[in-house]
Amino acid sequence: MTNRPLLSITLSLILSLTSPLAESFCGFYVAKADAKLFNKASQVVLVRQEDKTVLTMANDFKGDPKEFAVVIPVPTFLEKGQIHIGEKKLIDHLDAYTAPRLVEYYDDNPCQRAIYEAAPASAAPTAGFEMPQRAKKNGHGVTVEAEYTIGEYDILILSAKESDGLEQWLTENGYRIPDGATDVLGSYIKQKMRFFVAKVNLKELSKLGFSYLRPIQVAYDSPKFMLPIRLGTVNADGPQELFIYTITQNGRVETTNYRTLKLPSDTEIPVYIKEDFANFYRAMFDQQVQKEDMEAVFLEYAWDMNWCDPCAADPLTTEELRKLGVFWLDGASDNRNFGGQPLNAFVTRLHVRYTAAKFPQDLVFQETADRNNFQGRYILRHPWTGTDSCPAATEYRKGLQQRYEQEAQQLADLTGWDIDKIRRRMNLLLGEEVAPRPEPKQGWWEKLWKE
Amino acid sequence: MSDFFQKLQFSHILQIDPRIYQMLSLSCLLIYGIGWLDFEVQPISIFILVSTSLVTQYVCTRLFKLPSLDLRSSFTSSLSLCLLLRTNSLFLMSVTAFITVLSKFVFRWNHKHIFNPTNFSLIAMILFTGQVWVSPGQWGSTAFLVFLIACLGGLVINRASRSDVTYAFLIFYTAMVFGRAVWLGDPLTIPLHQLENGALLLFAFFMISDPKTTPNSRVGRILFALLVTMGAGYVQFILYRTNGLLWSLVFFSCWVPVIDWLLPGEYYEWKKKERSLSRN
Repeated sequence: MTNRPLLSITLSLILSLTSPLAESFCGFYVAKADAKLFNKASQVVLVRQEDKTVLTMANDFKGDPKEFAVVIPVPTFLEKGQIHIGEKKLIDHLDAYTAPRLVEYYDDNPCQRAIYEAAPASAAPTAGFEMPQRAKKNGHGVTVEAEYTIGEYDILILSAKESDGLEQWLTENGYRIPDGATDVLGSYIKQKMRFFVAKVNLKELSKLGFSYLRPIQVAYDSPKFMLPIRLGTVNADGPQELFIYTITQNGRVETTNYRTLKLPSDTEIPVYIKEDFANFYRAMFDQQVQKEDMEAVFLEYAWDMNWCDPCAADPLTTEELRKLGVFWLDGASDNRNFGGQPLNAFVTRLHVRYTAAKFPQDLVFQETADRNNFQGRYILRHPWTGTDSCPAATEYRKGLQQRYEQEAQQLADLTGWDIDKIRRRMNLLLGEEVAPRPEPKQGWWEKLWKE
Repeated sequence: MSDFFQKLQFSHILQIDPRIYQMLSLSCLLIYGIGWLDFEVQPISIFILVSTSLVTQYVCTRLFKLPSLDLRSSFTSSLSLCLLLRTNSLFLMSVTAFITVLSKFVFRWNHKHIFNPTNFSLIAMILFTGQVWVSPGQWGSTAFLVFLIACLGGLVINRASRSDVTYAFLIFYTAMVFGRAVWLGDPLTIPLHQLENGALLLFAFFMISDPKTTPNSRVGRILFALLVTMGAGYVQFILYRTNGLLWSLVFFSCWVPVIDWLLPGEYYEWKKKERSLSRN
């Protein structure tokens, strides 16, 4: 009993916003946040068409691999071929492609083009397998329906008759069960769910040479379009963070038993946020969660996978999508802009912060026919700093102060930050870099007797 | 004298057609949904749904040679559509509104409609176009909203004098979700969360209660509420599909003639209600 991995569904992940500066159709995409933004965050990819689902679960488990264990309720029995070990970089790519983004614009010389026209946001349209030892009775009413070693994981598919028996079985087999899990397990047993139990096989891990644990993928047929989150809340100390990426054919995915809200987007914010985007995004998300009393799921991205604008990262290739489980891509080509058959893949990114109290039910989803594109996009507008003098320039400089104030207020609204601090920060930056030259003060009388 | 005048005014207000209350309640809900819950309902959508409904009512009144044009029911249905129907196509919105009103004229039996018009058109469009959806999660579970809908809806039901079907449905549905939770060993926060749902109350107070589609006898209506609840449970908890309430209602509406045959009663008439109210 020395080996006691902790029962949890901490399929944690890093939200990466790092990407090289990339020019795009309107403005420049910039993003600067390479740190782990959210603690206790998990990432899940759900690929679904009709009743076929491919679920990919990423984890950023940092501890000793022998301490790692997951127990995941799954709707059906899983054959060995239905389980696969995926690649972390695919999820990282999907994360980068769908992440909220900053764009920046530079104001033109108002003397040359008197009216600034904001560019509109465009809105167009594996490893070795072992043979399973099936249906091995293990006592306590628990049946080990299959046992596989896949990649670095030892995997069991369990079915159980009673939660007490399952709990006892897990305890005897070295899993530490948190208080309160029994009821949740019992509920899943009665709903005829199976249990996918995985531990790390240290021998395989060292043989494969990975320094991290790769994502586990499972493919199954089931009408249940849901994600079990209840087990993960049992032993959680505080709210958990979950990113759900869905890839479907028809359109955006939303939750049916919780509100799905769009994250505020397309807002102009002060240019200094460029250096502080990670903090901004985190504070904005905190603020939105607070505003909705932690009762909503947030939509951060909904887009046809064929393109992006601006691109935080390139769209995923056909090969990458297939590896993530998109099984309907026969004939699709990566040369989408050159006559290749377009991909039929619509990606939705949902972000939810949850506790057992606010999210008592598992998340249930539905696919809608909504193919409207949506992205979390925040705009930096650099002022024109030229010295030309003309009536339009005077007007422009006057308007700037108002614009700065508006940007400060928008930032305060979005993040809940103190507006005075924002103003101070902006002035500081304005003084250093982009302060507009003050027009020389003229008394009204000076023009009167001017020769 | 002024006291008498006040009484007169109050009783006059109470005598207004129940459909006026429905229109007011649904309008308030729509404003609340757009203003506070971020419903993505554009003014153009509201215009299309309302205008198509009214025009269809006008044309059908002529076509089916009804003695007078009455736009109240179709306006109420169009407001329900604004709250429930989601699609990106203005054309499909228009088609849905058209089917909604047309269904009242086509699917008739013994002075009644077979289907609640909004229920029928939503299910037909979901089934046949794949481009229409309903967002049951859009209401969230804000207690304030529940309170608001319950009050407004309660008002409507009392006026429509078919409150028994709503109460019976709510009792059966509550018993079902609590019973299921107890059987599963779930914490009671789960059934509470399932009940604290604006969509459920909207269904209970504005859709299943439609006096033109429910069975004529009280026993029949209670039986109907039980069947609809069981059907919804079957769709949600056994088939794992969304919109269980809508599917179940449309299915069991087909059986209302049988229920009426087995358990006869007097059919409902808006105008009769008006007449009796004016006599009071």
